[in-house]
Amino acid sequence: MSTAAKTERLMKLLIMLLVQRHFVPKERIRSILYGDASTDAFEKMFERDKEELRSLGVPVEVGSMDAYFDEPGYRVRPDAFALPEIDLAPDEAAIVGLATRVWEHQRLAKATTEAVRKLTAAGVAVDLTALDIAQPRLAADDPAFDVFLEALTERSALEFDYWRSGTAEPARRHLQPWGVTRYAGRWYVLGFDTDRAAERVFRLSRVQGEARRTGKPGAYEIPDGLDISATTRRLAPAPVTQRAVLLVRGGAAAPLRRMADSVEVDVPGPDAATAWDRLVLTRSNVGLEDEVLGYGASVYVESPVALRDAVVGRLEGALA
Amino acid sequence: MTSRTGGSAPSGAKDQVARLLTLVPYLHAHGGVRLIDAAEALGVTPEQVLKDLKVLLMCGMPGGYPDDLIDVDLDLLETEEGEVHREGVIRVSNADYLDRPMRLTPTEASAMIVALRALRAGAETTTVEIVDRVLAKLESAAADGPSEIPLDAALDEPGRDADLAALGVRLRDATDRQVQVELDYYVPTRDEQSHRVVDPRGVSRHNGFAYLDAWCHSAEAPRLFRLDRISAATVLDAPVATAPQSPRDLSDGIFDRGDDQTTLVTLRLAPQAQWVVEYYAVEAVRPGADHLEVDLLVADHRWLTKLLLRLAPNASVVAPAEFTADFTGAAQEALALYRSTSA
Repeated sequence: MSTAAKTERLMKLLIMLLVQRHFVPKERIRSILYGDASTDAFEKMFERDKEELRSLGVPVEVGSMDAYFDEPGYRVRPDAFALPEIDLAPDEAAIVGLATRVWEHQRLAKATTEAVRKLTAAGVAVDLTALDIAQPRLAADDPAFDVFLEALTERSALEFDYWRSGTAEPARRHLQPWGVTRYAGRWYVLGFDTDRAAERVFRLSRVQGEARRTGKPGAYEIPDGLDISATTRRLAPAPVTQRAVLLVRGGAAAPLRRMADSVEVDVPGPDAATAWDRLVLTRSNVGLEDEVLGYGASVYVESPVALRDAVVGRLEGALA
Repeated sequence: MTSRTGGSAPSGAKDQVARLLTLVPYLHAHGGVRLIDAAEALGVTPEQVLKDLKVLLMCGMPGGYPDDLIDVDLDLLETEEGEVHREGVIRVSNADYLDRPMRLTPTEASAMIVALRALRAGAETTTVEIVDRVLAKLESAAADGPSEIPLDAALDEPGRDADLAALGVRLRDATDRQVQVELDYYVPTRDEQSHRVVDPRGVSRHNGFAYLDAWCHSAEAPRLFRLDRISAATVLDAPVATAPQSPRDLSDGIFDRGDDQTTLVTLRLAPQAQWVVEYYAVEAVRPGADHLEVDLLVADHRWLTKLLLRLAPNASVVAPAEFTADFTGAAQEALALYRSTSA
């Protein structure tokens, strides 16, 4: 079937359900829109058309016309279908325009664009160029992000292999996702772990390979009033901060100096080529190794020993 | 992207229905809209909008009488020979029941709300107040609809974003008033804190970072300064000494390829280092059995050495050989610090 013919049928079905005040009997829908189809073909087509309308966001309701007949009928309530009146002042509309540029994730960026199109169609004048305030970016580049988001949207349980820190092998886990949240620079999924029969959080970057849906959409309910961010913060391991003592050549590594708790100038260093300063930093250990390595022979790690060994080990590895 | 297509139905129909359900209210809200403007608003070509409209005029109330159908005046939009009038005004009537757009889907509502909260976290107080009004209006518009997706995101460093926002405002103000700015700027390739006076030309964005484009009086050339590397900026009273210019468009990247000598370098990246491909503009990528070979243009060998040190031991230079020597030298020097003290 051509795209145009299918669009036409979907539009007519939508309009028919939207303009009737009562539930439209299935037989009437069939005789008007699916006249030529066999019973089997009609059932299949109608089922699929309803699902396509629903996936676009059309609230197709099923009900009974009256108490004595159990033939199902269908309708779309105009107030459930249409966007309520929304009146945005010009400065508010400009903010809406900016929101379309926050997500660095194809699907969510597209969702904000579609949302703005609907608002524009409702008469809001969104100026995409008016304001230029700081634009934060939200990146979601964990490969598992999309599958978890989709599973969450349709309430599908997932099965995946997960690598816990401190374990050698990934373990197979089963989860009913309740929410996805970003915290301390990382994406987490919160949900009900059906193996452990308890709520758990998982870091998306530690999911190995593809996560698979197990079972049907709509398989579970998300608890009412759940605060995903607060719960994730409670369950996720706190970001580890550590105290590091570094020796830095005079004038070098300004970004490290800016985040230092204290700087002691002109201390004895590992060589006498320049003056050295001692920096004490308290920060998350994420990325500190890389950062120290990037400064080459301008930064020397005094402590902790684990950081020093890691830096030395990586340099030796590169020269091996 | 991973999107499953349910069944084998032509997916074009679903998109077309979505467009029509936005187009009809758009026309209703805006009055006489030209074909070309409707196309821009929907992000498609005028030809596609015309195709959509031709389907629309087949649709209508379920009575089957001509009066039940939606009316579209096609004469205004194409000639008898089928030539499209891009400037033609679209006239649609008899479609009152479609004059409101659909509610936001749960994904759309969640994506908007999380994006707005992110904007709020990085904004100054005056803007925070506007964002709050928008959030309240969107949340109330979504209130009786399907529930949002439980999706949330906190910015990684909200305080820093607010500081950068304030800096951006001051630099833009200096640009508008055509006065000079004194900068303390960190140059990572040289690991050096620099001090200079510049004539600001404006702030542009690329890849999530804001850059000040300015004429630098130390370099005697136009330069880009990443805002998060500016440790101090003093707006001076002195007027700019060079002719004002609009800031460069950074959409094609931040390298002025004409300006500097660049060398094509081939790197071999182990899996742990493969984020480089996403992060930097690379010329070519060749997958190997357990690694990637990547070509990238390098303007400054110190930049590459620093990158390789950060990635050690997961990246190495395939060619040219002198870049290997630079990196090896730097790694040996760094390692020597530890050897001399542990001896």
